[in-house]
Amino acid sequence: MAEVTKLIHKYLRHDKKFPHVWCPGCGIGIMLGSLIRAIDECGYNKDEIVLVSGIGCTGRMPVYVDFNTLHTTHGRALTFATGIKLANPALKVIVVMGDGDAVAIGGNHFIHAARRNVDISTVILNNSVYGMTGGQYSPTTPYGMKTTTSPYSNVEQSFNISELAVAAGAVFVARGTVYHAKMLDGLMEMTFKKKGFSVIEVIGHCHTQYGKLNRMGSAVEMMKWQKEHAVTVEKATQMKDDELKDKFRIGVLVDKELPVFHEEYEKIRRWAKEAK
Amino acid sequence: MSFRYDIRLSGSGGQGLILMGIILAEAIGIYDGKFVSQTQSYGPEARGGSSKAEVVLSDTEIDYPKAMSLDLLLAMNQKSCDDYYMDLKNDGILIVDSTFVNQVPIQKAFRIPFTRIARENLKREMVANIVALGAIAKLTTIVTPKAIEAAVMARVPKGTEKLNRDALKAGMNAAMKAQKASVPQMLSERVDEDT
Amino acid sequence: MKKKTKKELLLQGNEAIVEGALRAGCRFFAGYPITPATEISELLSVRLPQVDGTFIQMEDEIASMGAIIGASLAGAKSMTATSGPGFSLMQENLGYAVIAEVPCVIVDAMRGGPSTGLPTFPSQSDVMQARWGTHGDHPIIVLCPSTVRECYDITIRAFNMAEKFRTPVIILVDEVVAHMREKISIDEDEDIEIFNRVKPTVPPEWYIPYEDTPRGVPAMANFGDGYRYHVTGLTHDIRGFPTSRPDEIDPFIRRLFRKISQHFAELHMGEFFETDDAEITIIAYGCVARSAKRAARDARERGLKVGALKLNTIWPFMRTPVEKVLQTSKIIIVPEMNMGQISREVKRVNKTDAKVFTINKVDGTIITPEEILRKIKEVR
Repeated sequence: MAEVTKLIHKYLRHDKKFPHVWCPGCGIGIMLGSLIRAIDECGYNKDEIVLVSGIGCTGRMPVYVDFNTLHTTHGRALTFATGIKLANPALKVIVVMGDGDAVAIGGNHFIHAARRNVDISTVILNNSVYGMTGGQYSPTTPYGMKTTTSPYSNVEQSFNISELAVAAGAVFVARGTVYHAKMLDGLMEMTFKKKGFSVIEVIGHCHTQYGKLNRMGSAVEMMKWQKEHAVTVEKATQMKDDELKDKFRIGVLVDKELPVFHEEYEKIRRWAKEAK
Repeated sequence: MSFRYDIRLSGSGGQGLILMGIILAEAIGIYDGKFVSQTQSYGPEARGGSSKAEVVLSDTEIDYPKAMSLDLLLAMNQKSCDDYYMDLKNDGILIVDSTFVNQVPIQKAFRIPFTRIARENLKREMVANIVALGAIAKLTTIVTPKAIEAAVMARVPKGTEKLNRDALKAGMNAAMKAQKASVPQMLSERVDEDT
Repeated sequence: MKKKTKKELLLQGNEAIVEGALRAGCRFFAGYPITPATEISELLSVRLPQVDGTFIQMEDEIASMGAIIGASLAGAKSMTATSGPGFSLMQENLGYAVIAEVPCVIVDAMRGGPSTGLPTFPSQSDVMQARWGTHGDHPIIVLCPSTVRECYDITIRAFNMAEKFRTPVIILVDEVVAHMREKISIDEDEDIEIFNRVKPTVPPEWYIPYEDTPRGVPAMANFGDGYRYHVTGLTHDIRGFPTSRPDEIDPFIRRLFRKISQHFAELHMGEFFETDDAEITIIAYGCVARSAKRAARDARERGLKVGALKLNTIWPFMRTPVEKVLQTSKIIIVPEMNMGQISREVKRVNKTDAKVFTINKVDGTIITPEEILRKIKEVR
């Protein structure tokens, strides 16, 4: 067994839960691999990790790994995660969501968790579509694309998840792709190490639904698309606006310091006891 | 049947009626040691709408917590006087703030200008409710002056103790005057009722 | 004049709920402002940090419910408080707490509905929302205080039941009781039973998180205790993993019901008031139970044999006590500040010749003793 595979096996649950639910060729597996390698690299022990998810293809991720795992309701993962972190700040809380989960039904929770700066690492797989329910348009489906609920064409504008996270006040925002797996490992590790509300948007693909409806080819071809359209943050600074027109930036987009909620709350406890 | 005494404090939002109800209930319940229940009803507006607080006291556990037939009605404005005087028992006591209540529907009422006393004598209109509490302590036997003072002191903001103590005293003094003035009238009315 | 001691207090129903919650060990509260429940949030924002607990105001009631479930999974006894509109938003995650068996307490201070309704006026119209508000077959425990003292005691009981049966427990309090002030004495030294969730004693590798037990309640490990397990809102097997096997689904759903149904006697709380010889019995709950008691007293003064049954447990429905008064009374009157929610249950369980009458008041004011007396005269 290759070293990298051995490492992943160290963290998988072997009782009962395989094969997994994802389509062959899906990028979620790559993202899960990255997540595991980053956790290992950070040196967390399994007992201190709580992996929380919502509903959808990403929602099924926690069940496969050997941590404290919580598969919540659609869009609400961050609210459960907030309760966990505040009740036991010693736990390392990681939330995984999809695009619909994070910024449609869970959009309100997303911006408020970011604003509050709760110490949660948030991993969002953005594949531009609702995969598990069969390919309906999501808030990140680009204008003009076809889905099973925009059969003629999507006439809505899309969210840029990373920019939304930045605007809402997240202290760390990064973007990667499942194609750039090595880079993703590093970004994921930085996301986990950051204290406060950190976000990593992972550009993935849904060849089964979205790719098929928009004639984008197989998983491999869709990953090629990621390769061709991603530009590193560093490289982007040297490019003109028209060159960046159909490109997206990958790398660290924001890294700043703000007071973390549970540490601020320690002050409140002190003041409350003084006032007693 | 056990002893039960039903009080309604009524007026408009902003006159401090709910705080009055709480202080009165605390004086009766905690400092005088009786059973007490205090309820209120109010609209969405914090100022200006109708507002009432009710206090029921008893020597035994209170079943129905809201006021039924009133033993005591305080009306701090004309509307509440008009709306509620019908709920008074025959021997119930009506106390009105004569600053705002010009028409008193029944003869045997105590007319005391709580707001004017607060404004002119104490220079703070907002203590009109405490003036009224002083009057209630004097005009009824439901609460001892000691208890009402202790309850007021426990609930008012720090630094306003003297003002509020003065307000209570002003209310008690005004009540004594009103009591003297109304005694002959009340007696004559009693006679009328009996015949 | 009695000397004021720390323990004798004039408290609002909402404040007594807070005192009860703290006494029961509540250390986490998440909520969203709403009349008439806001006092609970305000007071807990003062008190929880004093005892190293956490108060957080979330972005809505959906989030509040999610947060208290998360906190409970991490080991904190947790609570939220709301009113009808917010309670509607909580229904989604309330169902999650049921299926994932996460202890927590939800206070619903009932106001007039539907929708925004009557924010500052009382009502009892959330009885059925509390029962069936969240989707799917599920058991639920719903308690209802009618005095300030009961607000305190019932809140403690609610936490105990939540921990004991690994279930959300709902406290339905109406606006009258929530805002009413009464004297209660709280004795810090009083020997009150406080129940904490049963944790696993087996080594982690032997832990079966959703294993059936004689009581139907599996031991619960907190996140971080070393028992790494999976929690999901999907129907799951005894290991907590999603299942689609009928032979695993059926026993799971039945266990959820059984863990509540086999403890009815323990869950049912109420009071018989002069019902033994009563020809007419009033069945009531919340603030109306007090009107009922008064009406029964007044009726007896007039020589009528009237009693009252107060329900402090709303769900599971107090079938046995209700059946008892159905057997002994000729007439049952169910006054409610709704169009008839508990009266339907009374009629459903009625297998006797007793006639069941209702008083339904939906004008935002409490049902008075006189109104009940009038009904008694009308139907007897």
